[in-house]
Amino acid sequence: MIKSVSVAALPVTENLIIQKNRIENDLKPDCKRVCIVTGTHGDELEGQYVCAQLAKFLSDNKQYLTGVVDIYPAINPLGIDSVTRGFPMFDLDMNRIFPGSPNGSLAESVAYDIVHDIEGADICIDIHSSNIFLREIPQVRLSEQTEAMLFPYALMLNVDFVWIHTAATVLESTLAHTLNMRGTKTLVVEMGVGMRITESYCTQLFNGILNLLRELGMWSGDTVQVRDPVVSKDRGVGFLNSDAAGIFIPCIAHGSYVKTGELIGKVLDPITGNMVELAVSPCDGLLFTLREYPVVFGGSLLARILGDGNG
Amino acid sequence: MVKNIVYSIKSPYRQSMDVIGYTFGSGELSCCIVGALRGNEIQQMAICAQLVDALKHLEEKGSIAKDKSIMVIPCANYYSMNIGKRFWTMDNTDINRMFPGYDLGETTQRIADGLFKSIKDYAFGIQMASFYQKGDFFPHVKVMDTKQESYESLSDFGLPYGLIREPSPYDTVTLNYNWQLWGCQAFSLFATYTDHIGGQSTQTAVNATLRFLVAKEVLVCALHPGSHTRILSEDKICRVSVNKAGILKKRVSVGDEVKAGGLLCEIIHPLEGNVIDQIVSQIDGTVFFAFSGQLVMEHTDVFNMMPG
Ligand SMILES: [Zn+2]
Repeated sequence: MIKSVSVAALPVTENLIIQKNRIENDLKPDCKRVCIVTGTHGDELEGQYVCAQLAKFLSDNKQYLTGVVDIYPAINPLGIDSVTRGFPMFDLDMNRIFPGSPNGSLAESVAYDIVHDIEGADICIDIHSSNIFLREIPQVRLSEQTEAMLFPYALMLNVDFVWIHTAATVLESTLAHTLNMRGTKTLVVEMGVGMRITESYCTQLFNGILNLLRELGMWSGDTVQVRDPVVSKDRGVGFLNSDAAGIFIPCIAHGSYVKTGELIGKVLDPITGNMVELAVSPCDGLLFTLREYPVVFGGSLLARILGDGNG
Repeated sequence: MVKNIVYSIKSPYRQSMDVIGYTFGSGELSCCIVGALRGNEIQQMAICAQLVDALKHLEEKGSIAKDKSIMVIPCANYYSMNIGKRFWTMDNTDINRMFPGYDLGETTQRIADGLFKSIKDYAFGIQMASFYQKGDFFPHVKVMDTKQESYESLSDFGLPYGLIREPSPYDTVTLNYNWQLWGCQAFSLFATYTDHIGGQSTQTAVNATLRFLVAKEVLVCALHPGSHTRILSEDKICRVSVNKAGILKKRVSVGDEVKAGGLLCEIIHPLEGNVIDQIVSQIDGTVFFAFSGQLVMEHTDVFNMMPG
């Protein structure tokens, strides 16, 4: 059943409408509700295929479902529709305006309606896909502050990596932080790359979400054995940024294990072809982030490596 | 006047972007003034350019106090300005959401870091600020309430209003917030416009800055004292938003005094031309901000009214 979560008038005739697809079955007084949210950043599309797969599969196999699954495929529909990362007309990152306000701007009032609609769910999964510059392996990101509450659920999602990071005040205005502070357990998934759909990752997360539903007692159909993710705890994350400007040509596959000093790629000066930077791994470990967009400035991130804990 | 490169960033296809700082006087780091951090902050750059010109003449006349120095950075992001973009050319990030910066981080974090390292130790900091929404402001000065300072210095600018702002999470990564944390007394000066240069409002901002420098005994010269400053919390401002969408027809401008019940604007049907809504002021007050777009969506803040 398609429902409108927020409606607001745009200048000429049209309404901005945030929709969700509610799939429910076997409703009991204490039944659970899970929300799947994506499309906050209009250039991140991996979540589109996860939502589409889930909506179709759950609707066709409702007999195995107990409770409510709410799927929000596009909380920034104007952004997705216009290949715009931010909220069009405001030029702002929608994930910096939560919890929003009923009396604020259109963007803030939409944010408020979304929070209001999701709040109270048992679990919320907020799916992101990095940006157009970087490719990520399927991972759950959570702050140290929410680790105790969320970590057991992160293990259910069939991801390859769980990144537990320190909290920053600026992240207090994200959807996930807002919901977590209100007691609605929200996990952020990052995977793939902007403007593309990586089918294998989407299916991997789809299977993870089914497994989560099974663990919550909401799903009695078949599930697959989920992966055992590596966890960032007690391991350093090595950042590799370019100091030079040019075009980045990687020479190693995303998701591989690398050794200290191993070549990850080169930065070339496009007019002479000369190599201006040699990108080598700062540590032994898992290459979980790799630059996808070739043009780099001084400072552009090329790769991130999760250290293997051996120094 | 000493001109030097505060920070430089390389691009693969353009000349390097050299952020230029102009220093007047010498000795103690008294005041730093920062103009455009975004590509549309043209008025903010122009104000700084006029300040550079004014300070150059004042320095020649010996008007800068002994052992005091002032630095002006008119534009920290001309890469974006030169291509008509507001945020960073490549990844659309906002330099003013990257402070205090990180020297090993992404490009805009490095720019913020390079900038911040050169400006953090000044006793006073003034940023020529702009608002995220397109519109015109009554000139004013603002401080972030980091509970560390008294805010009487707001009146040293001689502008009619001085506002105190309660920081929200995103403020913690702005220049002014980090300046304050570092022990610098930081102010945001809002001129009337952002993306076009108002002659009178540029002069107002230049004079306000010079007045502040005189009050802090960094400059020694005679200037008219400006206005009495009313200092109040930003949340005292009354926001007026629309609940119909369409063509905006404003009936008042920035600086106008309006009585409660006075007509502020009408919303016209975008295809049929009839008036679909009229918005009147709820209070007696002065128009402090006016939205400058022609079309409005639901919930748009079209005016801010200053009570009284
Ligand atoms: Zn995202």
